[in-house]
Amino acid sequence: MPSRRSPRSGFILLALVVAALLVAPMWVYPIFMMKLLCFALFAAAFNLLLGYTGLLSFGHAAFFGGAAYVTAHAMKVWQVTPEVAILAGVGAAIVLGLIIGAIAIRRQGIYFAMITLALAQMFYFFCLQVPFTNGEDGIQGFSRGKLFGLIDLNDTMNLYYFIAVMTVLSLMLIWRIVHSPFGQILKAIRENEPRTISLGYSVQRYKLAAFVMSAGLAGLAGSLKALLFQFATLTDVAWNMSGEVILMALLGGIGTMAGPVVGAGILVGLQNFFATSGFPVTIVLGATFMICVLLFRRGVVGEVRHWLDNRKA
Amino acid sequence: MTMIFGVPLPALMGQLLIGLINGSFYALLSLGLAVIFGLLRVINFAHGAFYMLGAFAAWMLLAYAGIGYWGALILAPLIVGIVGMAIERLMLRRLYGLDHLYGLLFTFGLALLLEGTFRHFFGTSGQPYTAPEALRGATNLGFMVLPNYRGWVVVASLVICLGTWAVIEKTSIGAYLRAATENATLVQAFGVNVPVLLTVTYGFGCALAGIAGVLAAPVFQVSPLMGSNLIIIVFAVVVIGGMGSILGAIVTGYMLGIIEGLCKVFYPEAANIVVFVIMAIVLLLRPAGLFGKET
Repeated sequence: MPSRRSPRSGFILLALVVAALLVAPMWVYPIFMMKLLCFALFAAAFNLLLGYTGLLSFGHAAFFGGAAYVTAHAMKVWQVTPEVAILAGVGAAIVLGLIIGAIAIRRQGIYFAMITLALAQMFYFFCLQVPFTNGEDGIQGFSRGKLFGLIDLNDTMNLYYFIAVMTVLSLMLIWRIVHSPFGQILKAIRENEPRTISLGYSVQRYKLAAFVMSAGLAGLAGSLKALLFQFATLTDVAWNMSGEVILMALLGGIGTMAGPVVGAGILVGLQNFFATSGFPVTIVLGATFMICVLLFRRGVVGEVRHWLDNRKA
Repeated sequence: MTMIFGVPLPALMGQLLIGLINGSFYALLSLGLAVIFGLLRVINFAHGAFYMLGAFAAWMLLAYAGIGYWGALILAPLIVGIVGMAIERLMLRRLYGLDHLYGLLFTFGLALLLEGTFRHFFGTSGQPYTAPEALRGATNLGFMVLPNYRGWVVVASLVICLGTWAVIEKTSIGAYLRAATENATLVQAFGVNVPVLLTVTYGFGCALAGIAGVLAAPVFQVSPLMGSNLIIIVFAVVVIGGMGSILGAIVTGYMLGIIEGLCKVFYPEAANIVVFVIMAIVLLLRPAGLFGKET
C-alpha cells in the first residue's frame, strides 16, 4: 500500500510536532511530558513489530526494563557519562532481542505471543535473583551526569530537550524503516507470510531483524526512562508492563505512525489521573482493553482516519 | 537417615510432593486451556483469573453463606462456569471472525479487570481457608509423612484430568467437539448447535480452572494474585506439551511440576526459571511441542 500522505504534509506534521514539543513545557509539567515521550517511544517501537510486521510480542518489558537496569547500573557503578550508559542499555536490549527473537520466531501468531511472554518472565526471574539489580529495591540514587561532559542533565529543561530530541529522532527512524523497501517486506509478511516466502524472501531473517530493531528502540525508551526517574526496578521488566505497551498501541491505533504516541498519551494521562483518585488503575486498564478490543479495534487514530476516508468517499 | 545424591530422603520426597501438587494445578489449568483453545481457538488469558475466582468463590461461600468445602467443590466451579458462559455469550463471541490475537488481548483485559476488582475489595494479603475435617491430619507412608489434603489434591486432579480426557476421546459429545474443531461448518450442517457447543466448552474450561481454584484454596492462601503468576507457567506448559493436545497438556503439567520440585532440591536458584528453560529447549528441538502435530 503506498503512503497515503505526500512527503510535504509529512514535513508539515513533523514541524508541528517539533513546535508543540518546544512550547509544551510552558503549560505541561515537564516530568509528565518526559514520561509520556518515553512511553510514546516504547509504544512506537512495539508497534513497529505488531503494526508493521504482524508479530504480537508479549515480552517487550524485558527490553524496556533490561535496558533501564543496564543504564542505571552503568551510571551508578561504572560512573560513565549518560550517552555511554544509554548505548550500553540499548546494546543490552539488542542482545536480549536477538536471543528471545531467535527462539520466538520459530512459532507464529498466538504461540509467538505466549513464547515471548514466557521468555520475558524468565528474564524477570533472572532480574529478581541476580545481585546487580538489587532485587526488590532496584537500582536508584545516581546522578544524571553531563551529556558528552558538557550538558548537565540534572537541569530539567536540558533533560526535557534531550529526551524530546531522542524521541523525535527515533520516531523518524521508525518512519524511515517502515517506508523503506525493508519495511515493505515486513508489511508483506504481515499480510501474507507464505506468499512472501514464495516470493523468495527469507522471512525468518526479516522477522528477526524487525524484532531486534524493535527491541533496541524499546531499550532506548527504557534507558531514557531510567535516566529520567533515576531508578530501575522490577516493575519495568514485569509482564504488566508488556501488557501496558500493547494497550498503548491498541488504544492509539495499531499500524499507524501517530497511534502509539496518542495511545501512550491517553494511557499515561489515565494512569496519572487515577493514581490520585484511589480507584485501582488495573481495573481501568482492564476495562479499556476489553472495550478497545470489542468496540474500536482501529484505535483512536485509526478510527479518525477511517472516518475521514469515509467522508471523502 | 537415607540420603539420595546428598539429599535426605524426606526432603526429597517433600519437594517431590510439592512438585506433584503444583503439577496437578498445571495439568488442570493447561487442560482447560487446551479444551478452550481446541474449539474456540482462543488463548484464554483470563484462565488464571478464573482459577482465582474459583478459590474466592469457595472462600465467599464459606464466609457469607456457611457452605463448606464439599459444597464449594460443586458450587464454585458451577459459578465460575456460568460467569465464563456469560462472558462468551455477551462478548467473546463477537471476536470469533477476527485474528486470534484479539481473543488473547480481550481475555488479557478481562484478567486485569477481575484481578484488579478483587484486589480493590480484598487487598493482596490473602484469606486463609482451611481443609475440610475429613482431610486433615497426615498419613505415615513409612518413607515420608503425607498430609492427607495434599494426597487428596493429587488424586482428585488425576481423576478430573482422566475423566475429561475420557469424555473428549471416548464419548459422542467428545466426538462432536473434536469434529467441530476440525470443521465447525460441517458439524453445524449435521444439526449440531455449534454456538451452544462453543458456549458450553468455554464454560467447561473455565469451570476446570474453578475446580483447580477450590482445590488450591486450602493449600495456598486465597489471594487476588494467585492466578496471575501461575498463568504464565501454564502457558509455558502448554507450549511444551503442544497446544492441540489434551493428553500433552495433562502429561506435561505433571511432569513439569515434578521437574520444578526436583530443581528446588538440587539447584534452587533455577527453580523459578526451569520451566521456561525447558520451553526454550523444546522449541529449538521440536517447535510444535512434545505432543503437538507439525502444522
